Amino acid sequence: MDESTIERTNWPPRHWPDEGVTRVPYWIYTDPEIYRVEQQRIFCGPNWAYVALEAEIPEPGNFVRTFVGEKPVVVVRDEEGSINVLLNRCAHRGVEFCQAPHGTAKEFMCPYHQWTYDLRGALRAVPFRRGVRRQGGMPEDFRLEEHGLTRLRVARRHGVVFASFGDDLPTIENYLGPEMLHYFDRVLDGRPLSVLGYMRQRIGANWKLMFENIKDPYHASLLHVFLVTFGLFRADQPSSVRMDESGMHSALISMRGEQKESEGTSEMKSFRADFKLADPRLLDPVREFPGNATVVMQTIWPNLIVQQQSNTLAMRQLVPRGTYQFDLMWTFFGYADDTPAMTQRRLRQANLMGPSGFVSIDDGEIMEFSQQGIETFPRDWGVVEMGGRTATNEDHMVTEAAIRGFYRHYRAIMGL
Amino acid sequence: MINPELRNEVETLYADYGAALDDNELERWPDFFVEDCIYKVVPRENWERNLPVALMLCESRGMLRDRVTAVRNTAVYAPRSLRHFIGQIRVKEDGSGLLRVSANYMVLQTMVDELTRIQNAGKYLDLIVRTEGGLRFKEKICVFDSVLVPNSLIYPV
Repeated sequence: MDESTIERTNWPPRHWPDEGVTRVPYWIYTDPEIYRVEQQRIFCGPNWAYVALEAEIPEPGNFVRTFVGEKPVVVVRDEEGSINVLLNRCAHRGVEFCQAPHGTAKEFMCPYHQWTYDLRGALRAVPFRRGVRRQGGMPEDFRLEEHGLTRLRVARRHGVVFASFGDDLPTIENYLGPEMLHYFDRVLDGRPLSVLGYMRQRIGANWKLMFENIKDPYHASLLHVFLVTFGLFRADQPSSVRMDESGMHSALISMRGEQKESEGTSEMKSFRADFKLADPRLLDPVREFPGNATVVMQTIWPNLIVQQQSNTLAMRQLVPRGTYQFDLMWTFFGYADDTPAMTQRRLRQANLMGPSGFVSIDDGEIMEFSQQGIETFPRDWGVVEMGGRTATNEDHMVTEAAIRGFYRHYRAIMGL
Repeated sequence: MINPELRNEVETLYADYGAALDDNELERWPDFFVEDCIYKVVPRENWERNLPVALMLCESRGMLRDRVTAVRNTAVYAPRSLRHFIGQIRVKEDGSGLLRVSANYMVLQTMVDELTRIQNAGKYLDLIVRTEGGLRFKEKICVFDSVLVPNSLIYPV
């Protein structure tokens, strides 16, 4: 049996409900066998996973340590300016040789037996290769070139670095498709970026719940009282949900409105017309992108969310850590030519995001509530029928269409 | 050498500060600061690399109040209780009437159905000013050690 095939059993159940993508069975969030196959087919499969911004490694030798799925990798710029993504695992005995989260290196040396690799991952030196006093050493036919680090394929677009363990990959542009590329390029338009800092959190929920959350505008207009109260995201504002052909990538697009009561707020029990900021500098958004949209949240299969809410911009990278938890790694950025006032505005608006964000707190907590509710009921399922039963683009936010699109693709990839 | 009376006063400020947060008297939290103040909670990773992003950034007492209002009225989260431990308080007078104070802190968090665990630990890098009402924070930078936050950091530390 192929090791990436899912073993069919009655317990845990591994049969998708007959209703299709309007039902999401709970075993996909809890079954270790599903998780194992996801690692192989999705995170190590023929997909472009986000790994870094080029602005994090501007100079030759600069590296960052990160993950593709659960697999540790090093993203490094070499002497020629090329970017290499190397499995962080010594070819000798499997040691995770790079422990620093970032830095500058001329070469990578595994501390265990000092096997040394260049910045392209080629093995350059093995101590005592010829033995000591004609004793020991590697066999005559041992070839350095056969024992380099595993290299991932690399794609770059407008300062964003993607990597893949897979073969036969489309270009990153074809992978995104024309419409998703349009939204990607809207924020990542080729201007040099400037990294403002990181936030990282471990959330006690299956990684797919994070994607569902960002693909679900229905919740945003109800759960996020802060966004709704200040008109940053609301059901009565012009909005749309767009997907690529497969449904694996999507974008939620919306426009900022006023803080006032309306049809959209009448069903929101906690809309607060009376809530005023004591210091309005916290929310002082300025328009900086073409078009009318003031928020675009884009999900890119299999591990990236590109966040543009007003002037706060971030790459959110998902790192799965078992069926029941994942790490969310936020890289906040602006543009190299931002004025100090614009940078300060981005930093203030970062109060909305991350582990202490006025908006994101809600999501982190709700995802854990979901996992807790699901955990012991693998035989049951969730209902995803808001906005109909299809997975098509919609020009409103009262829909779960992008979740259905995601699971249409997920089922095809997983053979479920 | 800081005189013992001043030291005692500083220690009392930190004890009161921690108690207000532990007792969920969040509305009192902005009162520990002067109007024109800075409050930040920063991962050590950003602090050491001079990267400016903070989990919480308040640039006035008004922004502190806005954070309290958000936590009380708009944010959705599981109930929890907190316990602050503040120690190794080091006080330096900087000559201009301000006190430069550093201290270690640890915040334990207890959720319903869970054991108590460390939610956040790090150091305070503070500037304290004397006002008519007593000592107040002019600046409070909380640099926390674990870059990875266990889900959400809801309340200020």
